[in-house]
Amino acid sequence: MIEFENVAKHYPDGTVAVADFSARLPAHTTTVLVGSSGCGKTTLLRMVNRMVDPTSGRVLIDGEDVAAQDPVKLRRRIGYVMQHAGLLPHRKVIDNIATVPMLNGVSRADAHSRALDLMDLVGLDPKLAKRYPSQLSGGQQQRVGVARGLASDPNILLMDEPFGAVDPLVRRDLQQELLRVQSELGKTIVFVTHDIDEALLLGDQIIILAQGGEVAQRGTGTEILTTPADAFVSQFLGIDHGGRALHPQSSSTGATILVDGYGRAAGILSGALPGHTTGTQP
Amino acid sequence: MRWVVDNVDVLASRTFAHLAIALPAIALSVLLAVPLGWLAERFRWLRSPLLTGSGLLYAIPSLPLFVVLPLVIGTGVRDPLNIVIALTLYGLALMVPSVADALRTLDSRVLDSANALGYGPVRRFFTVDLPLAGPTLLAGVRVVSVSTISLVTVGAVLGVPSLGLLFTDGFQRGIIAEVVAGIVLTVLLALLLDRLLVLVGRVVLPWTHQPSRPAGAAA
Repeated sequence: MIEFENVAKHYPDGTVAVADFSARLPAHTTTVLVGSSGCGKTTLLRMVNRMVDPTSGRVLIDGEDVAAQDPVKLRRRIGYVMQHAGLLPHRKVIDNIATVPMLNGVSRADAHSRALDLMDLVGLDPKLAKRYPSQLSGGQQQRVGVARGLASDPNILLMDEPFGAVDPLVRRDLQQELLRVQSELGKTIVFVTHDIDEALLLGDQIIILAQGGEVAQRGTGTEILTTPADAFVSQFLGIDHGGRALHPQSSSTGATILVDGYGRAAGILSGALPGHTTGTQP
Repeated sequence: MRWVVDNVDVLASRTFAHLAIALPAIALSVLLAVPLGWLAERFRWLRSPLLTGSGLLYAIPSLPLFVVLPLVIGTGVRDPLNIVIALTLYGLALMVPSVADALRTLDSRVLDSANALGYGPVRRFFTVDLPLAGPTLLAGVRVVSVSTISLVTVGAVLGVPSLGLLFTDGFQRGIIAEVVAGIVLTVLLALLLDRLLVLVGRVVLPWTHQPSRPAGAAA
């Protein structure tokens, strides 16, 4: 479990990245921090592995204050996946994945065989093992990033907009892959994104942040969608203009489609609407 | 041509003496430039003295430097060590800014990622920063190598043996073949060393020589 206790981050120039944030992130679940740029979500994420130290307040992992731990050792037991994958361009895919185990003193042979298992887990062709990162597509690089984050079998995985830089189709693929991997591994994941749909898809718990790390709302996807806390949240969700309110409508082909408040087709209804019967017109 | 054939042993010993001065000077300037360049990049207040200082070194004419240096360090005027030290200083003038540049232009996202993975500062410098600076450093080393090979010849004016002695001796005795041989060998040596450095670069920096995105790498 990760706990934030009244953390704040002020910079010397007077910028307040996070004013006062507290949260409890249960173990083996995915918590998504979602918000626009400047809401402090990345700052909060980076406090967990001490890439940023809070100006005040504490971050606890399983009850232990991270500030008391050596940052280098702490980082080696926390997985980190960033946007643009952040792969080391001078090391082959397999060595990139094996980086943290090897920093931890695992033998090269063991680290490599573990890396190959992980490539399989994240859906990478083992033939890519000897390639350099620049020889991979964006989606493949991102998979390598995820494999690398998992390599030392950390309890905690920090993901900073990991799928932000890949095209929508690949992103959807990677999201599904992450859900599958998470259902197998049950890591404590902290996931940062500005994409509310991604948050709704991946998050067991979602924390919507306003400027300066102020919590606008927290809860499950269903709770947030059905009872948005305020206008800010509604706007963020796209509810305010009816973007999430779907109405059934018959299409010319006979199927029932769902139309949102803008009149755009958002999906196809499968199954019957509650309280309606289909097929028998009076 | 006849002169060349008759004096192969002289040419060989001059070439050897030339390398004995040039190679240590090149190696020393590169080895010393790495910590100095790092200091210039790491500490803002050191940058301007180090970079301007090393630039000024290059402005000192070589002959006077060869003459004055022995007085400062207490070696004999004809000691090849003088030339090695003087050329190391010139090498530093070129290499220190090159190292500082190379380190400054590293991709900060990659360095940030290395920190997040749990690299300590020393390990990161030697296994991430330095290799990634490799291509820029190599370009610097190639310039230093060519420049040093050519500057070694100036020592001949003081009588320090090198290929340069072939020009001075050839001029004095009116042997054109000797002068030409000296020039050709100097240029050849510079080209050869440059090729060698490129090859070393291929081996040491393999990721810079891969075709990017081969077919079948999509998605």
